[in-house]
Amino acid sequence: MRGLRGDAAIVGVAEFAPVRKPDRTWMGVEAYAELARQALDDAGIPLGEVDGMMTGTVAEAGSLFTPGLLAEYLGIRSAFSEVVDLGGAAGAGAVLRAAMAIETGLCETAICMLHTLPRPRNPLGQPGWMRNPWGSPQVEFDYTYGAIGQNYAYATIANRYAYEYGLKPEQLAKIAVDQRTNAVANPKAVFRTPIDIDDVLNSPMIVDPLHMLEIVMPCFGGAAVVVTSRQRAKRAKNRPAYIVGGGENTTHLSITYEEDMMASPIKAAADRAFDMAGVKRSEIDMASLYDCYTITVLMTLEDAGFCGKGEGPKFVEEHDMTYKGDFPMNTHGGQLSFGQAGMAGGMSHVTEAYLQMTGRAGDRQLKKADTVFVHGNGGLMSEQVSLVLRGE
Amino acid sequence: MPKYRKGTSPVPVPNPISQPFWDATKEHRLLIQRCAKGHTFYYPRSHCPECLSKDLTWVEASGKGTLYSFTVARRATSPDFEPDVPYVIAAVELVEGPRMTSMLVEANVNAVAIGTPVELVWDDEVSEELSIPYFRPVNGRG
Repeated sequence: MRGLRGDAAIVGVAEFAPVRKPDRTWMGVEAYAELARQALDDAGIPLGEVDGMMTGTVAEAGSLFTPGLLAEYLGIRSAFSEVVDLGGAAGAGAVLRAAMAIETGLCETAICMLHTLPRPRNPLGQPGWMRNPWGSPQVEFDYTYGAIGQNYAYATIANRYAYEYGLKPEQLAKIAVDQRTNAVANPKAVFRTPIDIDDVLNSPMIVDPLHMLEIVMPCFGGAAVVVTSRQRAKRAKNRPAYIVGGGENTTHLSITYEEDMMASPIKAAADRAFDMAGVKRSEIDMASLYDCYTITVLMTLEDAGFCGKGEGPKFVEEHDMTYKGDFPMNTHGGQLSFGQAGMAGGMSHVTEAYLQMTGRAGDRQLKKADTVFVHGNGGLMSEQVSLVLRGE
Repeated sequence: MPKYRKGTSPVPVPNPISQPFWDATKEHRLLIQRCAKGHTFYYPRSHCPECLSKDLTWVEASGKGTLYSFTVARRATSPDFEPDVPYVIAAVELVEGPRMTSMLVEANVNAVAIGTPVELVWDDEVSEELSIPYFRPVNGRG
């Protein structure tokens, strides 16, 4: 039997509400410790049972020996550790790695944690290596031309999309509008004022054709997910969300060198996850799709197979993507309205899926959330991770 | 001496792999690479990205291509580029095949079109050590 058997499950989550201007600072280790405390409390699992860690880096460790420091600081005897470096896909990627480690018997209960939080002012200044990326092809051959950050890359995808398939600004805007409707029902969301399509189109143009309201707002925050074995999950406090399918794919960093800008690496990740799960797209109760930009969602709807290539614009027009609608998607508001808490932003798509699957999503609770698709996207449409989750 | 940007930084810092590329820019030659099996690629690399061959030769590109896609930055993508707003970040497909990140210059930023034939222009003002290749629409000023 190849692939995951669905013998690992999410049993607890924690999420710091994203904030634009935090009222406090955190040392890196402190934030991991607090996330672990809250997530294990949610799962009802004592710290002593944790024997796996999938995390981001720790600033205090200078990005070296992260597992050693976290094991020591958090009091975890970790049988399997990994630093997950997949950008926005790191959240889904951490959960996938936890499921793999648990199913292969390398560990039984793993904690996945990511955060981006402001540190106290460093009395020694910024470490030099952060200012000296000499030899990076991106710095030398992209940054020279202003091809810096993420905005330009996704705008470039959107322009190519419009050229090949046709795309109206209103169609992309609809994605932001529906997600905002979801955020209005989520007390943790950063943006909770309803908007309409005109509001999106009247917001400032940042990088043609993307308007300000189609671009994530960087925030601070953190999130954690506890994954454990089927046997242990049966005794857990909350309904387990079994990880029945997973897929990952990475093909490039700079958008210029993506082989075909219209055939994203999302497809291979999603196809593998669905095939492994033996689940049809039509069986999905909720889609939790990485949304750094509206165009990212459009591309994911197509390349993950919810509609055909070129049909995304019509799909978003014809479907109500709110928690009240026929295609519930990003019910927390998506990162566009929930806020993108740095490295934890992608994890919000996992935590929201789990809140919905355990009936804890408050005013935005779906009637049925048994089979959920989660997708994470990192870099410049570079790193892709898909998960299919199922509650029993 | 043409100058295509109001800003002046960042200036690329060559490394041992890219040094021949930047050296050639002083002579207004745009170099791409070809491996022994005929794979052609840009940016400068130590190994072929299709077969990992180390048997690479530098080839002078024609400097002709088409605009594969682009965006107009209405807000600076980094503080270095604030004087240049609005500017066109371009993915250019060279006639030799490889794609290349660059800027589209001498173009009407409100009428940029994918598929436009483009040609190479050089900015010699940034540094004594190297020139920077940009592209402009062929036949006129966009």
